[in-house]
Amino acid sequence: MATDTLKQHDAHAHDGHEHHDAGAMKVFGFWIYLMSDLVIFGTLFATFGVLATATAGGPTSQEIFELPFVLVETFLLLISSFTFGLAVLAQNAGDRGAVLKWLAVTFLLGFGFVSMEVYEFHHLIAEGAGPDRSAFLSAFFTLVGTHGLHVTFGLIWIAIMFFQISKRGLDSVTKPRMLCLSLFWHFLDIVWICVFSFVYLIGAM
Amino acid sequence: MFGKLSLDSIPYHEPIIMVTAAAIGIVGALVFGLITYYRKWGYLWTEWVTSIDHKKIGVMYFLVALVMLVRGFADAIMMRTQQAIAAGGAEGYLPPHHYDQIFTAHGVIMIFFVAMPMVIGLMNLVVPLQIGARDVAFPFMNNLSFWLFAVGMILVNMSLVIGEFAKTGWLAYAPLSELQYSPDVGVDYWIWALQLSGIGTTLTGINFFVTILKMRTKGMTLFRMPIFTWTALCTNVLIILSFPILTATIALLTLDRYLGMHFFTNDMGGSQMMYVNLIWAWGHPEVYILILPAFGVFSEVIATFTKKRLFGYKTMVWATAAITVLSFIVWLHHFFTMGAGANVNAFFGIMTMIIAIPTGVKIFNWLFTMYRGRIQFTTPVLWTIGFIITFTLGGMTGVMLAVPGANFVLHNSLFVIAHFHNVIIGGVVFGMMAGFTYWFPKAFGFTLSEKWGKRSFWCWLVGFYMAFMPLYALSFFGAMRRMQSYEQTEWQPLMIVAWVGAVIIAAGIACMVIQLIVSIRDRENNRDLTGDPWDGRTLEWSTSSPPPNYNFAYLPKVDSIDSYWEMKQQPGGFKRELATKFEDVHMPKNTAEGPIMSLFALFFGFALIWHIWWLVGLGAIGMFVTFMFRIFNNDTDYHVSAAEVEKTEREYHKRLEMQA
Amino acid sequence: MDPSGQIGQGLKSLIITAFGLMLIVVIPVIVMTILFAWKYRGTNLAAKYTPNWEHSNIIEVFVWAIPCVIIFFLAVLTWQTSHSFDPHKPIASEDETMTVDAISLDWKWLFIYPDEGIATINELAIPVDKPVHFRVTSGTVMNSFMIPNLGSQIYAMAGMDNDVYLEGNEIGTFRGRSTHYSGEGFSEMLFDAHVTSDADFQAWVDKVKQSPDTMMFPEDYERVAKPSIANPVEYFSQVSPDFYGDLIKSYKAGHGGTDSHGEHNEARESSMPMSAQAAE
Repeated sequence: MATDTLKQHDAHAHDGHEHHDAGAMKVFGFWIYLMSDLVIFGTLFATFGVLATATAGGPTSQEIFELPFVLVETFLLLISSFTFGLAVLAQNAGDRGAVLKWLAVTFLLGFGFVSMEVYEFHHLIAEGAGPDRSAFLSAFFTLVGTHGLHVTFGLIWIAIMFFQISKRGLDSVTKPRMLCLSLFWHFLDIVWICVFSFVYLIGAM
Repeated sequence: MFGKLSLDSIPYHEPIIMVTAAAIGIVGALVFGLITYYRKWGYLWTEWVTSIDHKKIGVMYFLVALVMLVRGFADAIMMRTQQAIAAGGAEGYLPPHHYDQIFTAHGVIMIFFVAMPMVIGLMNLVVPLQIGARDVAFPFMNNLSFWLFAVGMILVNMSLVIGEFAKTGWLAYAPLSELQYSPDVGVDYWIWALQLSGIGTTLTGINFFVTILKMRTKGMTLFRMPIFTWTALCTNVLIILSFPILTATIALLTLDRYLGMHFFTNDMGGSQMMYVNLIWAWGHPEVYILILPAFGVFSEVIATFTKKRLFGYKTMVWATAAITVLSFIVWLHHFFTMGAGANVNAFFGIMTMIIAIPTGVKIFNWLFTMYRGRIQFTTPVLWTIGFIITFTLGGMTGVMLAVPGANFVLHNSLFVIAHFHNVIIGGVVFGMMAGFTYWFPKAFGFTLSEKWGKRSFWCWLVGFYMAFMPLYALSFFGAMRRMQSYEQTEWQPLMIVAWVGAVIIAAGIACMVIQLIVSIRDRENNRDLTGDPWDGRTLEWSTSSPPPNYNFAYLPKVDSIDSYWEMKQQPGGFKRELATKFEDVHMPKNTAEGPIMSLFALFFGFALIWHIWWLVGLGAIGMFVTFMFRIFNNDTDYHVSAAEVEKTEREYHKRLEMQA
Repeated sequence: MDPSGQIGQGLKSLIITAFGLMLIVVIPVIVMTILFAWKYRGTNLAAKYTPNWEHSNIIEVFVWAIPCVIIFFLAVLTWQTSHSFDPHKPIASEDETMTVDAISLDWKWLFIYPDEGIATINELAIPVDKPVHFRVTSGTVMNSFMIPNLGSQIYAMAGMDNDVYLEGNEIGTFRGRSTHYSGEGFSEMLFDAHVTSDADFQAWVDKVKQSPDTMMFPEDYERVAKPSIANPVEYFSQVSPDFYGDLIKSYKAGHGGTDSHGEHNEARESSMPMSAQAAE
């Protein structure tokens, strides 16, 4: 029986590339990438935890955090996650127009989030509470900024997907990419909830 | 226009560097000329540079590693020479400015650009073949990983001639690596070389993790995977979980140096202890990233050449998994002397010792694989036996260092140097040499010269003991690491013995080079037509050597651990019969986007080192645009037609018949 | 290895005990490797050959149990000695413990004797059989304070208050050094540690007190903190109160207190001339 296993002729083995569905593998690979990205955020959270009180005579978290402002940011991002969910539902229904519409809405919400963050950073730096003022501020700007940078990349990606889907429609290439992007977007949402709780909420108290 | 870069950045006044640079220039020009003369540029571009074939990428990794081994060893013998001379007030021939760069470069090169590419190169060559796959999960990413790694390697070598390298030790401890204490570009070279190649490594980790979990052939359950694949899986888990810590840590140091932040500075609230913790939270798993695949190689080699099943396969797997987990909770043993409390030190010391248990079990399992076997003393087996003895000693000194009390006097001494060379040379280097000899015929279709392989082994073994046993002894007289000179003339005789050891290792490396040249010259005599020169046990030996780019015309089916061996043991034996009917094979296409993106990454990194901001922008935009090309490229794969597969397979069988 | 202090003695016997414990398993492994390799060589057809034998419960039990037992004993030893040789633990003694502050600079050691009110560079003296509490910090990058003959080392880090207790039980002069690489002048960051009789120690203190130089924070500190290689021994007859504490505090403050640390930048770049200066 085993002697001829190397020249299996049965139908299943005939095309090795398809039997592990390429799209599913991409999504799985993307999950693993997100895990490694999570380690980066974990490192930054740990760093922030260590340095949160190292203000070196500079402003403290209570002095600089404005919770209502951050709460608006948070809601923008949370709603954008919801609208991205609607985009994926539309993709499952095969409705290209709706996918594009919800992508556009998500983009605007995400853009609003990033704009508010840029404003916040600019405001802090202008007040002399820039990242070079103290270790606490270095850690704060780096953690929040890294998340903001991720959201910015997400926005670029959304723009590319918008362009690509309007050009070639929903097919075996764009669909897995949409799924990866949705994982990415929800992942950033979860990271932001941690940022909001551990950095802003605890810091403001 | 050129940032900090000017003609003064080139160290004209350093004769050693200038002679080296001239030699590199001449050899480079020679290679360039030969390639042009034989019109091989097109061949190199289409068959190698743009290749997404995991076997070729594996070969390229290993080739770079061997070249960098020579560079790293040149650093080593310069250090040994300096220490053999600079006793009792003598300054030697290397001033601190140069000596400090050399030991930093030696560590960085040997770990990141020799050991890592050897491990990743072997994984590339072997893992897909062992699991019966035709390629890796993400072939384009694999090519990109290699070229990003190559960019890091190029940056390190550029620092030799343009500017200088870091003078901080291989882990660039802050605050010494901060702008305040290292204002030169050396640390920036360190940062960007490691950052870019590290990202390549993380991508490799993800790629092979998915490959091993998702692309195993029919019937290959997790507990039927060859043991090398198991160790590769665990190594990739470690890469995925630990390399991002390195990426983040280097990024924080970068922010300190480039944007004036205060993560690891002495003042403004920075914490140097956090740097040390973070760098070792990556650094300790890193050593297991290197050693686990070496364990895998030894397991394959010992089973093949004793003609016997591996003793305790499951134990081996669980021991490997245990080491993987434990490697994350021992990092503090690298700095017991930082001043943590007794409970903390004791905890990390004991955790470290616990790693010795699964490792010890593995050693016993290799021994009991030899027990009642029929051992053929080929070169890979010599490396394996040399490893078992050497590594056991290295493990013992490691456990001694793990006792905090003992560490208080041994830390930072030559004992540490002797210990980790004991496990890295005796473990990783011996393992990679065994793997190199063992799988070389799979990659090239002919075996390596046994005579020169054995000579190389004996030189390495004897050289190692002569070079490092004196260092253990010296440490008990108070000799520290990283000394450019020392007062005690009574240390000098042992330093000279160590130097002789290094010279013997040099002879070992020379034997390796001769081995390659001789084997290539005699390749027709050493031709392996069967694809199975060692009477192997696992799937990679069931296909031809070198395998066709699609690896297997039909994906094999597996029903046991040593399935290929089992097939050969059937009554009547195993026959490589030609199939009667062929199918198209779906394969990814070669692509230029990986090397082009990496070229822009090189501009990007170089420009950041020298603060040439317009070039930073150009590099970043170049990378992005090239990536967009990839995203919008629909033409990424093709089918090898059934007729072509048939032709390749028929040729292979014709060769087989001719030999018979 | 020839320790001259009780901590060093204890650590030496600890290393020997651990080494001996491990030899119990290491020697048999090496013997078995050579024995098996010889006995089961391919040409020895008389030896038993069992190609499919891959498992044995008895062997498995032994290969797990032996390392476990040895590591168990080592773990107990580790736990006990981590506490008994904890560098932060005062040494039990009839004598009163004296305090010396060791401050690593580029590339020299500044020793402050807060009770005697004196300071030295690159020379240390302590009375024999008297426990000494070294408070260790740094005015530059990370270093490690060690007198190999006396025992444990400990890191010196800027802004951090670290400590180690040592005792010299033999009169003599021993070399001390930084063991942690700290840059250009690291190899020559050495000092003499004199373990003396009480009378000699008093004489040494008196000698230091003859010096016209003083060590006030921050003026004098800023002067000596400039990088120098192989700095000669220097004595200071007066020390500002809580010099050690002031230095550590200067790193904790934000702007202002750190002026003295900013100068390293230029000085590091051209430290060779600095060392020439120091040698004059």
